[in-house]
Amino acid sequence: MKVNNHLSHIDNEPVEFSSETMSKMNELIASYPEGKHKSALIRILHLVQTERGWVSTPSMNKVAEILNIQPIEVYEVATFYTMFHLEPVGKYVFEVCHTGPCMLVGSDNIIEYIENKLNIKKGETTKDGLFTLKTAECLGGCGYGPLLQCKYKFHEHLTKERVDELIEEYRSGKYDQN
Amino acid sequence: MNNRKLLLENVHIPGIDTFDVYRKNGGYRSVEKALKSMTPDEVVEEVKKSGLRGRGGAGFPTGMKWSFLAKPEGVPRHLVCNADESEPGTFKDRYLMEKNPHLLIEGMITSSFALGANLSFIYIRGEFMYVLHILEKAITEAYANGFLGKNILGSGFDLDLRVAPGGGAYICGEETALLESLEGKRGNPRMKPPFPAVKGLWGCPTVVNNVESIAAVVPIVNEGGDAYAQIGVGRSTGTKLISASGNLVRPGVYEIEMGVSVEEFIYGDDYCRGIANGKKLKACIPGGSSVPILPHYLVTKTAAGEDRLMTYESLSDGGFATGSMLGSGGFIVFDEDQCIVRNTWNFARFYAHESCGQCSPCREGTGWMEKVLNRLEHGQGNMRDIDLLEEINKKIEGNTICPLGDAAAWPVAAAIRHFRDEFEWHVNEREQSQKRNYGLTTQPSVAV
Repeated sequence: MKVNNHLSHIDNEPVEFSSETMSKMNELIASYPEGKHKSALIRILHLVQTERGWVSTPSMNKVAEILNIQPIEVYEVATFYTMFHLEPVGKYVFEVCHTGPCMLVGSDNIIEYIENKLNIKKGETTKDGLFTLKTAECLGGCGYGPLLQCKYKFHEHLTKERVDELIEEYRSGKYDQN
Repeated sequence: MNNRKLLLENVHIPGIDTFDVYRKNGGYRSVEKALKSMTPDEVVEEVKKSGLRGRGGAGFPTGMKWSFLAKPEGVPRHLVCNADESEPGTFKDRYLMEKNPHLLIEGMITSSFALGANLSFIYIRGEFMYVLHILEKAITEAYANGFLGKNILGSGFDLDLRVAPGGGAYICGEETALLESLEGKRGNPRMKPPFPAVKGLWGCPTVVNNVESIAAVVPIVNEGGDAYAQIGVGRSTGTKLISASGNLVRPGVYEIEMGVSVEEFIYGDDYCRGIANGKKLKACIPGGSSVPILPHYLVTKTAAGEDRLMTYESLSDGGFATGSMLGSGGFIVFDEDQCIVRNTWNFARFYAHESCGQCSPCREGTGWMEKVLNRLEHGQGNMRDIDLLEEINKKIEGNTICPLGDAAAWPVAAAIRHFRDEFEWHVNEREQSQKRNYGLTTQPSVAV
């Protein structure tokens, strides 16, 4: 069964997670009372995305197997929560907040600037596969806008100059360790 | 006004996020006091006396919510902290948890004791993963020092505390959607009744409280409910965290005593220091994106000409006709250059994006509102569209399982109520509306 049929050419290989990810998953499952292990699902999907960059159908099937639940129980959750990328994305995903308070302090200009700078539109990935640009609804940092999030890291008070710097910092691998 | 701080007093102490420094500065006293010298019911009684009202937005008395918790024999009970802070304009809980994580952990322990919960959770929005790690580090320290786990301080009370992330869904701030999400499901709100106090997490009696409410239990137990109730004005007791954003000189998180005037909060040196870039105030949304917007002439004064205060009662003075709500304390300020139509469209897009899709009026209605407002903002609307928005509003409001539908409808209704001229200008002056902003709205000469 496929969530995204158009991805079937890259999305049909069985998945094995790293031993580190597996041990984190098992630790999480064990932290819930007997029979309530499904509660670990959302955090497990975060672990999957951290390891593999996105959440593919085979990854979801594997998660279902690990949690001993039906694959549909994983699909319905993964498709509900917007943080999970259900298609391949660049190595770094810039999610720029564009909700009211950030708009008041210029998030539209920042989004346009990033589009021009990276020569991509919202939702697209650069040809070298490094950057994807997305917009996000309120990220909960309204007093520090404009802001973006990349791999759980917040970058706030964005200006055009700061965006230039950030792109270089990501290119040079500055944030790869954490 | 002498401004006492109860929650953020110690955030500037280096290392306050570690157990040792927190403890040296008086941390975990409320746990000692409650577990060693009080019964659970006495703790509940202090919270009732404090007059503390839910800080997530609804303002329901916390002590009363606690007293509704069902206590059937042999069934586990749970306390769940709502750290799914997602209401646009609100970022106070993130600040509190990041700077002072042990305060929340302490509040969770004392509150869990009061409720007889032995397994409690902090549910935090997935975007705050770094805060989740800060909380887990603090929890590990609390276990190591005997404040979590079995037989805490020799009292016989056991508590395990876990943190669980969401995955990006505003709706999970609604308590029953939050519980669904905590069970590893889609965040679709549940029908009430049964309320979580009877059937909550995994079908067990559960209390869900906001981060700030749980943190406030610490000073309430330490100093007593009466002392807490002496701060503030009337039924708005204690202190409140306000997240200030938008076109302000100094946006950020402020802990205020209830009763500070709105004028002082916007312009005072201790607070936001006025509108950025020397501009004029155009409008303000005082309690997060779901509450009604106020035009500049109703922000610092009520319609009756009284000073407006930062309290539940004063901000809602005048009802929806001329008032708003304290809500979550997400205080969003607009300068004279901002476009109300654009902002209303922006929030409508937010609600359309965040509707869980369960109830048709909300799923369809939020999408329609977004489309109609998009047309108006981009100079393609007509006069009938403004009436159509009001029609859609009426069909959503009150017709959905959870309050997201109301939250989506109210801001649109309020924007049209106070800024109808600006909406009509977008229809009558299409070209102009694409080139410049409308500017300040004038106060109606007839009493509103």
